[in-house]
Amino acid sequence: MTIRVVLLLSDALFCLGVYGMLTRRNAIGLLLSIELILNAAALNFVLFGRLFGQVQAQAFALFVIALAACEAVVGLAIILSLSRHAKTIFADDVNLLKG
Amino acid sequence: MHLIVTAGLSVLVLVSALWVVTLRNLFRAALSLGVVLVGIAGLFIGLEAEFLAFVQILVYVGAILTLVIFAIMLTARLQGSPNAPASRQPLLAGLASLGLFVVLASTTLSLNWPTAPLEDAIPLATLGQQLVTTLVLPFEVVSLVFVAAVVGAIALASAKSSPSGSQQ
Repeated sequence: MTIRVVLLLSDALFCLGVYGMLTRRNAIGLLLSIELILNAAALNFVLFGRLFGQVQAQAFALFVIALAACEAVVGLAIILSLSRHAKTIFADDVNLLKG
Repeated sequence: MHLIVTAGLSVLVLVSALWVVTLRNLFRAALSLGVVLVGIAGLFIGLEAEFLAFVQILVYVGAILTLVIFAIMLTARLQGSPNAPASRQPLLAGLASLGLFVVLASTTLSLNWPTAPLEDAIPLATLGQQLVTTLVLPFEVVSLVFVAAVVGAIALASAKSSPSGSQQ
Protein backbone atom coordinates (compact mmCIF):
# COMPACT_ATOMS: atom_id res chain seq x y z
CA MET A 1 0.00 0.00 0.00
CA THR A 2 2.80 2.40 0.92
CA ILE A 3 4.49 1.51 -2.36
CA ARG A 4 1.48 2.59 -4.39
CA VAL A 5 1.25 5.87 -2.48
CA VAL A 6 4.88 6.71 -3.32
CA LEU A 7 4.40 5.59 -6.93
CA LEU A 8 1.35 7.83 -7.32
CA LEU A 9 3.26 10.70 -5.71
CA SER A 10 6.13 10.42 -8.17
CA ASP A 11 3.68 10.23 -11.10
CA ALA A 12 1.93 13.36 -9.83
CA LEU A 13 5.23 15.19 -9.23
CA PHE A 14 6.35 14.41 -12.78
CA CYS A 15 3.07 15.66 -14.25
CA LEU A 16 3.17 18.84 -12.16
CA GLY A 17 6.69 19.44 -13.46
CA VAL A 18 5.47 18.98 -17.03
CA TYR A 19 2.61 21.41 -16.34
CA GLY A 20 5.10 23.96 -15.02
CA MET A 21 7.35 23.49 -18.05
CA LEU A 22 4.38 24.12 -20.36
CA THR A 23 2.92 27.15 -18.60
CA ARG A 24 5.73 29.13 -16.94
CA ARG A 25 6.93 32.17 -18.84
CA ASN A 26 9.78 32.97 -16.47
CA ALA A 27 12.97 31.03 -17.21
CA ILE A 28 13.69 30.52 -13.49
CA GLY A 29 10.20 29.02 -13.14
CA LEU A 30 11.15 26.55 -15.88
CA LEU A 31 14.23 25.56 -13.85
CA LEU A 32 12.07 24.96 -10.76
CA SER A 33 9.81 22.67 -12.82
CA ILE A 34 12.83 20.71 -14.06
CA GLU A 35 13.88 20.18 -10.44
CA LEU A 36 10.42 18.71 -9.73
CA ILE A 37 10.76 16.27 -12.64
CA LEU A 38 14.27 15.19 -11.57
CA ASN A 39 13.05 14.65 -8.00
CA ALA A 40 10.25 12.42 -9.23
CA ALA A 41 12.83 10.31 -11.09
CA ALA A 42 15.12 10.11 -8.04
CA LEU A 43 12.19 9.11 -5.83
CA ASN A 44 11.35 6.27 -8.23
CA PHE A 45 14.99 5.11 -8.26
CA VAL A 46 15.11 4.97 -4.46
CA LEU A 47 11.72 3.26 -4.19
CA PHE A 48 12.58 0.48 -6.63
CA GLY A 49 16.04 0.09 -5.17
CA ARG A 50 14.51 -0.45 -1.73
CA LEU A 51 11.85 -2.76 -3.15
CA PHE A 52 14.16 -5.09 -5.06
CA GLY A 53 17.31 -4.66 -2.95
CA GLN A 54 19.40 -3.05 -5.69
CA VAL A 55 22.25 -0.90 -4.39
CA GLN A 56 22.90 0.66 -7.81
CA ALA A 57 19.51 2.37 -7.74
CA GLN A 58 20.66 4.51 -4.81
CA ALA A 59 23.90 5.27 -6.64
CA PHE A 60 21.96 6.47 -9.66
CA ALA A 61 19.68 8.58 -7.46
CA LEU A 62 22.91 10.16 -6.19
CA PHE A 63 23.99 10.84 -9.79
CA VAL A 64 20.57 12.38 -10.52
CA ILE A 65 21.02 14.79 -7.59
CA ALA A 66 24.57 15.65 -8.71
CA LEU A 67 23.53 16.27 -12.31
CA ALA A 68 20.59 18.38 -11.10
CA ALA A 69 23.12 20.58 -9.30
CA CYS A 70 25.16 20.96 -12.53
CA GLU A 71 22.02 21.74 -14.50
CA ALA A 72 20.95 24.40 -12.01
CA VAL A 73 24.40 26.04 -12.06
CA VAL A 74 24.59 26.22 -15.87
CA GLY A 75 20.93 27.21 -16.21
CA LEU A 76 21.23 30.07 -13.74
CA ALA A 77 24.43 31.27 -15.41
CA ILE A 78 22.59 31.35 -18.74
CA ILE A 79 19.67 33.21 -17.14
CA LEU A 80 22.01 35.79 -15.55
CA SER A 81 23.78 36.29 -18.88
CA LEU A 82 20.38 36.61 -20.56
CA SER A 83 19.19 39.20 -18.07
CA ARG A 84 22.37 41.17 -18.65
CA HIS A 85 22.40 41.12 -22.44
CA ALA A 86 18.76 40.75 -23.49
CA LYS A 87 17.26 42.55 -20.45
CA THR A 88 14.61 39.88 -20.06
CA ILE A 89 14.13 36.59 -18.26
CA PHE A 90 10.94 35.56 -20.04
CA ALA A 91 11.49 32.55 -22.24
CA ASP A 92 8.89 33.85 -24.72
CA ASP A 93 10.85 37.01 -25.42
CA VAL A 94 14.07 35.23 -26.34
CA ASN A 95 13.25 34.68 -30.00
CA LEU A 96 16.26 36.11 -31.80
CA LEU A 97 16.90 32.81 -33.61
CA LYS A 98 13.24 32.35 -34.56
CA GLY A 99 12.89 31.63 -38.29
CA MET B 1 1.84 4.10 11.21
CA HIS B 2 4.31 4.00 8.36
CA LEU B 3 1.49 4.43 5.86
CA ILE B 4 0.14 7.46 7.71
CA VAL B 5 3.56 9.16 7.74
CA THR B 6 4.10 8.41 4.05
CA ALA B 7 0.65 9.66 3.08
CA GLY B 8 1.09 12.83 5.14
CA LEU B 9 4.47 13.57 3.57
CA SER B 10 2.99 12.87 0.13
CA VAL B 11 0.18 15.36 0.66
CA LEU B 12 2.68 17.96 1.88
CA VAL B 13 4.89 17.38 -1.18
CA LEU B 14 1.95 17.47 -3.58
CA VAL B 15 0.48 20.73 -2.24
CA SER B 16 3.88 22.45 -2.25
CA ALA B 17 4.61 21.14 -5.76
CA LEU B 18 1.31 22.63 -6.89
CA TRP B 19 2.42 25.96 -5.41
CA VAL B 20 5.80 25.67 -7.18
CA VAL B 21 4.14 25.58 -10.59
CA THR B 22 1.22 27.95 -9.97
CA LEU B 23 2.31 30.79 -7.65
CA ARG B 24 3.02 33.97 -9.58
CA ASN B 25 5.55 35.21 -7.04
CA LEU B 26 8.70 33.28 -7.97
CA PHE B 27 10.31 33.79 -4.57
CA ARG B 28 7.40 32.02 -2.88
CA ALA B 29 7.52 29.30 -5.55
CA ALA B 30 11.20 28.71 -4.74
CA LEU B 31 10.43 28.51 -1.01
CA SER B 32 7.72 25.93 -1.66
CA LEU B 33 10.25 24.01 -3.77
CA GLY B 34 12.28 23.86 -0.54
CA VAL B 35 9.30 22.27 1.22
CA VAL B 36 9.00 19.74 -1.63
CA LEU B 37 12.69 18.84 -1.34
CA VAL B 38 12.55 18.42 2.44
CA GLY B 39 9.42 16.28 2.11
CA ILE B 40 11.14 14.04 -0.43
CA ALA B 41 14.13 13.76 1.92
CA GLY B 42 11.65 12.55 4.56
CA LEU B 43 10.33 9.96 2.12
CA PHE B 44 13.93 8.84 1.48
CA ILE B 45 14.34 8.25 5.22
CA GLY B 46 11.11 6.23 5.14
CA LEU B 47 12.62 4.14 2.34
CA GLU B 48 15.74 3.57 4.49
CA ALA B 49 18.02 5.65 2.26
CA GLU B 50 19.26 7.97 5.01
CA PHE B 51 22.45 8.96 3.20
CA LEU B 52 20.46 10.10 0.17
CA ALA B 53 18.16 12.09 2.42
CA PHE B 54 21.13 13.99 3.84
CA VAL B 55 22.60 14.50 0.37
CA GLN B 56 19.23 15.78 -0.80
CA ILE B 57 19.05 18.35 1.99
CA LEU B 58 22.71 19.32 1.67
CA VAL B 59 22.85 19.65 -2.12
CA TYR B 60 19.30 20.65 -2.99
CA VAL B 61 18.13 22.76 -0.06
CA GLY B 62 21.61 23.97 0.86
CA ALA B 63 23.11 24.70 -2.54
CA ILE B 64 20.62 24.66 -5.41
CA LEU B 65 17.83 26.49 -3.60
CA THR B 66 20.26 29.16 -2.40
CA LEU B 67 21.47 29.64 -5.98
CA VAL B 68 17.92 29.87 -7.31
CA ILE B 69 16.86 32.43 -4.70
CA PHE B 70 20.05 34.38 -5.43
CA ALA B 71 19.17 34.44 -9.14
CA ILE B 72 15.56 35.43 -8.42
CA MET B 73 16.72 38.38 -6.32
CA LEU B 74 19.28 39.43 -8.95
CA THR B 75 16.65 39.47 -11.68
CA ALA B 76 13.85 40.94 -9.53
CA ARG B 77 13.63 44.14 -11.55
CA LEU B 78 13.02 42.15 -14.76
CA GLN B 79 10.07 40.19 -13.37
CA GLY B 80 7.65 42.35 -15.38
CA SER B 81 4.49 44.14 -14.36
CA PRO B 82 2.22 42.41 -11.84
CA ASN B 83 -0.65 42.51 -14.35
CA ALA B 84 1.17 40.56 -17.06
CA PRO B 85 0.07 36.93 -17.25
CA ALA B 86 2.42 34.67 -15.31
CA SER B 87 1.54 31.62 -17.37
CA ARG B 88 0.44 30.82 -20.87
CA GLN B 89 -2.33 28.45 -21.92
CA PRO B 90 -2.90 26.99 -18.43
CA LEU B 91 -6.04 25.15 -19.54
CA LEU B 92 -4.46 23.22 -22.43
CA ALA B 93 -1.34 22.46 -20.41
CA GLY B 94 -3.46 21.32 -17.47
CA LEU B 95 -5.43 18.98 -19.70
CA ALA B 96 -2.23 17.59 -21.26
CA SER B 97 -0.51 16.95 -17.93
CA LEU B 98 -3.73 15.51 -16.43
CA GLY B 99 -3.94 13.09 -19.36
CA LEU B 100 -0.30 12.17 -18.85
CA PHE B 101 -0.99 11.57 -15.16
CA VAL B 102 -3.98 9.34 -15.92
CA VAL B 103 -1.90 7.26 -18.35
CA LEU B 104 1.05 6.98 -15.93
CA ALA B 105 -1.09 6.20 -12.87
CA SER B 106 -3.25 3.60 -14.61
CA THR B 107 -0.10 1.91 -15.96
CA THR B 108 1.84 1.85 -12.69
CA LEU B 109 -1.09 0.95 -10.43
CA SER B 110 -2.34 -1.93 -12.57
CA LEU B 111 0.99 -3.76 -12.21
CA ASN B 112 1.51 -6.34 -9.48
CA TRP B 113 3.78 -4.76 -6.90
CA PRO B 114 5.11 -6.71 -3.93
CA THR B 115 3.42 -5.49 -0.76
CA ALA B 116 6.64 -5.42 1.26
CA PRO B 117 10.31 -4.97 0.28
CA LEU B 118 11.83 -8.22 -0.95
CA GLU B 119 15.31 -7.61 0.48
CA ASP B 120 16.86 -6.02 3.53
CA ALA B 121 17.81 -2.37 3.45
CA ILE B 122 21.11 -1.58 1.74
CA PRO B 123 23.89 -0.55 4.13
CA LEU B 124 25.81 2.61 3.33
CA ALA B 125 29.12 0.71 3.12
CA THR B 126 27.79 -1.32 0.16
CA LEU B 127 26.81 1.88 -1.63
CA GLY B 128 30.27 3.32 -1.08
CA GLN B 129 31.97 0.16 -2.32
CA GLN B 130 29.76 0.09 -5.42
CA LEU B 131 30.65 3.72 -6.17
CA VAL B 132 34.38 2.93 -6.31
CA THR B 133 34.21 -0.51 -7.96
CA THR B 134 31.36 -1.25 -10.36
CA LEU B 135 30.16 2.32 -10.82
CA VAL B 136 33.55 4.00 -10.86
CA LEU B 137 33.19 5.10 -14.50
CA PRO B 138 29.87 6.98 -14.07
CA PHE B 139 31.22 8.39 -10.81
CA GLU B 140 34.27 9.85 -12.56
CA VAL B 141 32.14 11.08 -15.48
CA VAL B 142 29.96 12.96 -12.98
CA SER B 143 33.11 14.59 -11.59
CA LEU B 144 34.10 15.62 -15.12
CA VAL B 145 30.62 17.03 -15.72
CA PHE B 146 30.96 19.03 -12.49
CA VAL B 147 34.21 20.60 -13.64
CA ALA B 148 32.77 21.37 -17.07
CA ALA B 149 29.64 22.89 -15.53
CA VAL B 150 31.59 25.11 -13.14
CA VAL B 151 33.98 26.33 -15.84
CA GLY B 152 31.09 26.88 -18.25
CA ALA B 153 29.04 28.74 -15.67
CA ILE B 154 31.95 31.06 -14.83
CA ALA B 155 32.59 31.70 -18.53
CA LEU B 156 28.90 32.42 -19.16
CA ALA B 157 28.31 34.63 -16.16
CA SER B 158 31.58 36.59 -16.22
CA ALA B 159 30.94 40.24 -16.94
CA LYS B 160 33.65 40.50 -19.57
CA SER B 161 32.04 38.24 -22.15
CA SER B 162 30.76 40.28 -25.06
CA PRO B 163 27.19 39.90 -26.40
CA SER B 164 28.42 38.21 -29.57
CA GLY B 165 30.05 35.49 -27.50
CA SER B 166 33.60 35.99 -28.80
CA GLN B 167 36.23 35.87 -26.11
CA GLN B 168 39.32 38.01 -26.27
